[in-house]
Amino acid sequence: MKLLFEKSVEGCALSILPELDVPEYRLSEGALRLKAPKLPQLSETDIDRHYSELERRAFGVNNGFYPLGSCTMKYNPRVNEAIAALPGFTQVHPLQPSDTVSGCLEVLKLAGGELCEITGMDAMTFQPAAGAHGELTGVMLIKKYHEARGDFSRDKIIVPDSAHGTNPATAAMCGMKVINVPSGADGCVDLGRLRAVLGPDTAGLMLTNPNTVGIFDRNILEITNLVHEAGGLNYYDGANLNAIMGVVRPGDMGFDCVHLNLHKTFSTPHGGGGPGAGAVGCKGFLAPYLPNGYGEDRPESIGRVKAFYGNFLVVVRALAYLLMLGREGVTLAAQMAVLNANYMKKRLAECYAVSHEGICMHEFVVTLEREAKERHVTAMDVAKALLDKGIHPPTMYFPLIVHEALMIEPTETESKETLDLACEAFLEVYRDCMAAETPSQHPLTTVIRRPDEVRAARESKLIYKF
Amino acid sequence: MGDFISTTPASRREMLETLGLGSLEELYRDIPAQLILKDGANLPEGKSEFEVFRQMESIAAKNTIYRSVFRGAGAYRRYIPAIVNTVISKETFLTAYTPYQAEISQGILQSIFEYQTMICLLTGMDVSNASLYDGANAAAEAVAMCRGKKREKALVSACASPDVIETVRTYCWASGIELELIPEKDGVTEHSSLEAMISPEVCCVYLQQPNYYGLIEDCQAFAETAHLHGAKFIMGVDPIAAAVLKTPGECGADIAVGEGQSLGLPTAFGGPYLGFIASTEAMKRALPGRIVGETIDSEGNRAFVLTLQAREQHIRREKAGSNVCSNQALCAMAAAVYMAAMGPDGLKRAAELSLSKAHYLADKLGALGFELKYKGEFFQEFVTVCPPGVDETALLKFLEASGILGGLPVSGGLLWCTTEMNTKGEIDELVERVSEFLKKGGAAQ
Repeated sequence: MKLLFEKSVEGCALSILPELDVPEYRLSEGALRLKAPKLPQLSETDIDRHYSELERRAFGVNNGFYPLGSCTMKYNPRVNEAIAALPGFTQVHPLQPSDTVSGCLEVLKLAGGELCEITGMDAMTFQPAAGAHGELTGVMLIKKYHEARGDFSRDKIIVPDSAHGTNPATAAMCGMKVINVPSGADGCVDLGRLRAVLGPDTAGLMLTNPNTVGIFDRNILEITNLVHEAGGLNYYDGANLNAIMGVVRPGDMGFDCVHLNLHKTFSTPHGGGGPGAGAVGCKGFLAPYLPNGYGEDRPESIGRVKAFYGNFLVVVRALAYLLMLGREGVTLAAQMAVLNANYMKKRLAECYAVSHEGICMHEFVVTLEREAKERHVTAMDVAKALLDKGIHPPTMYFPLIVHEALMIEPTETESKETLDLACEAFLEVYRDCMAAETPSQHPLTTVIRRPDEVRAARESKLIYKF
Repeated sequence: MGDFISTTPASRREMLETLGLGSLEELYRDIPAQLILKDGANLPEGKSEFEVFRQMESIAAKNTIYRSVFRGAGAYRRYIPAIVNTVISKETFLTAYTPYQAEISQGILQSIFEYQTMICLLTGMDVSNASLYDGANAAAEAVAMCRGKKREKALVSACASPDVIETVRTYCWASGIELELIPEKDGVTEHSSLEAMISPEVCCVYLQQPNYYGLIEDCQAFAETAHLHGAKFIMGVDPIAAAVLKTPGECGADIAVGEGQSLGLPTAFGGPYLGFIASTEAMKRALPGRIVGETIDSEGNRAFVLTLQAREQHIRREKAGSNVCSNQALCAMAAAVYMAAMGPDGLKRAAELSLSKAHYLADKLGALGFELKYKGEFFQEFVTVCPPGVDETALLKFLEASGILGGLPVSGGLLWCTTEMNTKGEIDELVERVSEFLKKGGAAQ
């Protein structure tokens, strides 16, 4: 398919803006660029068709099953979009006087209140724009807490080896040393190893619970307690909150601050990679350090992490979702996410080796380690064959503690019928891959075949060359 | 209550039976019992779609929507061609995740590649990423890119937007980079101060074009001084102004960043917007976030993939330069559609309309005694000093009564802004209202 630049026709232009209606002002020559940017010149028809064609070459939750582990690809309710498009929200300037933005402030207050209840936190900021941004804000809160107490010796953040890569990357951005702790055989925190690394230099622990192999760490109270006894704080990575919202609360587990991915747990769309929203909640003793929101002036704040007050329209969508679900709906969503995952896990166990036995939470991990060794059938092969079944593959090669991993998260918005069809596809793919005599060539039906990623990195053609 | 759950209660029972469980609660039997909420979270009861729509509509109605806006300061009300929202409302673009599976994500990957190209065309740089959270965050990430072993000090113009300075300050505090502000003189960054402040410890110099007060900076001089001392030069640019002003590439910038909201996104109480970041070829491996590259598939056809991933957190973990993964992809798509719809001439016209209208308004206000605070050349924003005895707050209130959002109070005056949205009729009406206010005495009433 051609690029916009390859479709461009010299002299083609839309009539978007009117002629100048005031006297013309010219800038001094020295300030001007030498030539106009070579943007494409296209008719509206061609632009429209271009993006319609691009849409056909993409895959969203609206197209089919999307069990991308750790990403919580639940259905994105359309009413959220209708509400976020209300001019009363879209047309507000962020620097309007306070008495003219009371609706926006009400949205933030309502959403903050509900999320505090769900997490067991006392205060919430919506300034962070994404999960990793929320993590950054959370670790900054921890850093500030220690500094405010005059304790400058705490420069270590403990991260389990099952953690998302953003956890250690975030800690490093805050000038912290990262202490990686190996997980136990059960995929949970090894208490002995945790004890061994705790000390007067511990700033805090970053933990996802349920963890990335989909298991709720039953020692959670002991873990958070050990960290507190060592003088550190506990940070909850909310990536997996969908499993437990309305069932248990991070605040009751001993966590001091959390980030939430509104674009995962609270149904706002991912937009092909963003915008998300990474709300951060904390216990009261950390609240003085939160970034300042509209009209707020906390003298001890860590400072801004972004201009203005966050991805506001994303918060609008999440609030609409929360209002619809309410108390019962939030719990039921979590329960059904867990039920769907366990049902799939049980059915897939017919062929696939699961990484950890027992009841999982909202997701589980299967491993192709044995198949890779014995038959050269890899997690990649299974994933690519699923593409030909119209299913978005699970997350591949994560978590790092499971070899040849596929991480599967069906979410609560899929029906039993969809899960049954998907399970059959997964099982058929497994059998086909194992029976194949030659290396897998899948996908066969997609608009491109497997791309050469090594070449992409080596040649690094990152823009169109005219 | 709406829950968007697709499984019927009958299917639920069947699934539980398959698992040998009697109830949904049993799924949580491994969790310590004292942690389990007895009655769910303390939330209001759920509602129907109709009720929630009505409730949110009434909340939205509590906000004031101004008929005409003369306030910018980092967020600009501009005309958004209808095609922009048509495209970004397409369901698949809306609901897709990050394009990890290239074979079924070519549409999104290609759109990002096109966006990256347009950002480079606009800024005159070599390489762009797929977007960052916003302009302030892009500035902070750019500063982090420049940090060197013995270079741990950043010099940032005091004339940058306050939100940018504060965001950079927060990131610098956390990572241990020292931050100093290059002072302002006559509304622009003082070059002689830079010469006094620069040292071998300085990793970068950040300048905003046009600056917070709307004035045009002499960026080349700052780039030269920075480079002379081995520091990088980062330029924050307004993307509409960039259509006419000397590009970061022409000024010698190593990194260009900016707030992309003006490219087809509403002001929306501050977000979502997008940050753009583009660099020279030499610095591409230090760029944060996602980058799309061109390659071929196993049959030799052109294909696009996420590339240079060895920079990123999921590979490098604590050694990654940044933790960014989610970005503002859909906003970046809006920006690309906007630039395609406007084309080179349309974008230039948006810039020229904004520029000329600002000067028309400045002249008219000047005639009423609102003198320009600074004498330098400005683009679409400018600061006026109120005539003696005029109460700024009262003036803004007075304008508000006519549905006009006036300039933003900044130290020593009002920061006005015009875009293509402000017709001559609108500007004349504003001036008339201001004149009326002055006739009434110009003070609180």
